Amino acid sequence: MEWYLPVIWAALIGTAVALYVILDGFDLGIGILFPTTKSEGERDQMMRSIAPFWDGNETWLILGGAGLWVAFPRAYAVIMPALYLPVIVMLLALVFRGVAFEFRVVSHSKTSWNFAFAAGSTTAAFCQGVILAGLVQGIHVENGAYVGGSFDWATPFALMCGLGVISGYALLGATWLVMKTEGPVAVRAREQAKTLLLFVLAFMAAVSLWTPYAFPAIATRWFSLPNFLFLWPVPLLTALLAFADWRALDKGGEFVPFITSIGLFMLGFVGLVISWFPYLVPPSLTIWQTAAVPASQIFMLMGTLVFLPLALCYTALVYWLFRGKVKPGESYH
Amino acid sequence: MELDPVLLARLQFAFTITFHIIFPTFTIGLSAYIATLGAIWLRTGAERHQRLMHFWTKIFAVSFAMGVVSGIVLSYQFGTNWSRFSLVVGNVIGPLIGYEVLTAFFLEASFLGIPLFGFNRVPPWLYVTAAAVVAVGTATSAFWILSANSWMQTPAGHEMRDGIAYPVDWIAIVFNPSFIYRLAHMVNAAYLTTGFVVLAVGARYALAGRHPEEARTMLRMAIGLVVVLAPLQVFIGDQHGLNTLKHQPTKIAAMEAHWDGSKPGDFHILAWPDAKAEKNLFEISIPHGSSLILTHDWNGLFPGLKSVPPDERPPLVSVFFAFRIMLAIGTFMVAAAFCGAFLWWRGTLFETRWYLRVMAQTWWMGFVAVVAGWVVTESGRQPWIATGILRTADAISPVSAASVLTTLILFVVVYGIVFTMGIYYMNRLIEKGPQGRAIEQSKDFAVSPISAASDAGREALGNS
Ligand code: HDD
Ligand code: HEM
Ligand code: HEM
Repeated sequence: MEWYLPVIWAALIGTAVALYVILDGFDLGIGILFPTTKSEGERDQMMRSIAPFWDGNETWLILGGAGLWVAFPRAYAVIMPALYLPVIVMLLALVFRGVAFEFRVVSHSKTSWNFAFAAGSTTAAFCQGVILAGLVQGIHVENGAYVGGSFDWATPFALMCGLGVISGYALLGATWLVMKTEGPVAVRAREQAKTLLLFVLAFMAAVSLWTPYAFPAIATRWFSLPNFLFLWPVPLLTALLAFADWRALDKGGEFVPFITSIGLFMLGFVGLVISWFPYLVPPSLTIWQTAAVPASQIFMLMGTLVFLPLALCYTALVYWLFRGKVKPGESYH
Repeated sequence: MELDPVLLARLQFAFTITFHIIFPTFTIGLSAYIATLGAIWLRTGAERHQRLMHFWTKIFAVSFAMGVVSGIVLSYQFGTNWSRFSLVVGNVIGPLIGYEVLTAFFLEASFLGIPLFGFNRVPPWLYVTAAAVVAVGTATSAFWILSANSWMQTPAGHEMRDGIAYPVDWIAIVFNPSFIYRLAHMVNAAYLTTGFVVLAVGARYALAGRHPEEARTMLRMAIGLVVVLAPLQVFIGDQHGLNTLKHQPTKIAAMEAHWDGSKPGDFHILAWPDAKAEKNLFEISIPHGSSLILTHDWNGLFPGLKSVPPDERPPLVSVFFAFRIMLAIGTFMVAAAFCGAFLWWRGTLFETRWYLRVMAQTWWMGFVAVVAGWVVTESGRQPWIATGILRTADAISPVSAASVLTTLILFVVVYGIVFTMGIYYMNRLIEKGPQGRAIEQSKDFAVSPISAASDAGREALGNS
């Protein structure tokens, strides 16, 4: 039990984070793409395509944070102080962007809330990339506590990951628009998605080369035998998905680009897990060293097994109720 | 001057959570009110109920957004600012907050889309059901978060090993000794606060002679509610206080500015407790008042502040005055509720302008009482962050004071902007009032959503 409970929890939190990245990824992406149109009507349409969903999407972020605290308090107590500034700046960016949904429509002048929405979304995406990089780079721990400085996370690698996440979310957002909207917005999104896809592939390639080079443990994990025999399909699948994505964008596919873009994200995620598992706070703390006591993990697991499927059902219900495309100019007379 | 990271972290937490609680207080109450309006509308089909439901839903949307974004901040602050706290009590409190996310947040966040954007997409019963589900979700979230907070006040069901709390009995943890009192007092506070907001808006319209039908409905519903809840709140508060005396006597001593436990306590209407001099510099008191309330005995004794060493005493001035503010507002609310009920019974409620004029100004009172109540509860717990388990000073994260100060300033700036604009927009929506005819529901539910917010926008701009 002491062995497999943390594994189950790591899988659950991994799932929550993956769902968060997909769901909030596309709606943050809408914010990132916001400045690419000058038309207020098109912005309305873009925002309306995500308005009923964004709140539910962000709930996965809370689940990720709370889940980490519940299941791995020792990791939570190290990661949060280590990444203090990027975490808080991300939260503040989400504040601006979240209230912009409601404030923008009630406001006389839309300009400032347009800016808050776009800047908030972009900043939040950047910070999430930095947080990811902060983890991958490793955190300086002694006696179970963080002992580094306030800016240990600030490296060129973090900058690159931040930009990578921005372009990735923008890709998800663009392909979401291709699927959920009609008219000029959808047409432009299709063109943007192609450019963004190239950016994302470039960033994925850069991370894949950089990490094994900078962190020998990762190089050993991927390139030693027999691991390599099992792992080579990961890059191959990535290439295939990217190709399918491109073709669908070219051929006028509406659903496939979104799905394949999600697939690309998931493969990137799998790649990171392969690189560092079972470390939760690389390079020193594993999931077993940071786990909560079994009593807490079991108590929470019982609730999760009941309520997580329910939460997925509500999410599906809402997406189904608000299915269909958002047309230009709807309900703005 | 050396910056004190503990003080800064406390300031930051106090600021962010005070900001947050204002919105849950309103959304817990308002969601229940909207669901009630919906249920009445389903039964009667009356136009004014539908218009009121849509009107309050728009205001709800603005408040809810602010509640959500400020809440997300809080759930991460346990780690960023209080990592030692997360570590020491994480095994116990973590799951309670985890349950809140699973049982409450997903429910409210998912179903909220339907009341906001789904009027033309779903049948009326589903629309109203979704509103009720949101109301249940907000109350459920209060259940878990108050359980977590009450455990910090009156821990139970755990054992300490190597300085870390381990859960032993989950029922005892969730239903710890102060939980039921705190839950009842807080949820009632939310309904009461919202009742006074609705009352104030109704009075404002009645005075201006606008939306006469809706104004009457709001006034009647609100007075019917607060005339029950206001006295109930005083009663629950009294029971809550008696329970606190049992478990946190020092907090009660601070609330009453009672120094010497060997003498009966006077109730100080006003006083200035001085921590250094260990006495009150000035008092206006009702002799033996506190003894009577707390022990139901003229000469009853209860512990005074001097029964614990100075470093175990909470900050006196904030606890003492915040408690007085809450009591004053509670008393006022009871009087206002009875007065309104009396006028209603006499049949002159809608004509008594002085009463309406006073009521139109009282929308903020509940919020102030809620914040004051929390200052009593939380400052009164000091110097402990979890009573008897961990001191606040030992709960801090290894983060530099400069970082905490920087983010504190950022919070103040960002929340300042968001708060000002939010209040401004809500006020503008109220200024506009319930608009237009009742919306015909289209037979074809598959047409695209009417955006509640975009309607609100058009109305606020006056171009509907
Ligand atoms: C008495 C009730 C109460 C109290 C004491 C608190 N909250 Fe709260 N919170 C709510 C009642 C609530 C709510 C009614 O459920 C909210 C308000 C608006 C909303 O969206 O849900 C909410 C929202 C909310 C959210 C966003 C949820 C969502 O996406 O729907 C989070 C993450 C938190 N809260 C977390 C906290 C934390 C960490 C608190 C204490 C330290 C806290 N809340 C105090
Ligand atoms: C005059 C009657 C009232 C009495 C006797 C009373 C009593 C109390 C007491 C003793 C506490 C502190 C409990 C503790 O920390 O252990 C408290 C807290 C609180 N009060 Fe009141 N109260 C009254 C009115 C109100 C009103 C009118 C409101 C709001 C509308 C309110 C809202 C709160 C809140 C939100 C808290 C903090 C949470 C809690 O501990 O429940 N109270 N009250
Ligand atoms: C929502 C209503 C609440 C309000 C208005 C409130 C208010 C406050 C205030 C004013 C402080 C600073 C006290 C001081 O330092 O003197 C504080 C501290 C704190 N509160 Fe609350 N609180 C609320 C609910 C909660 C809940 C539900 C929790 C936990 C589940 C919580 C956890 C804490 C923690 C960890 C601190 C920091 C440490 C401390 O100063 O004791 N609070 N709160």
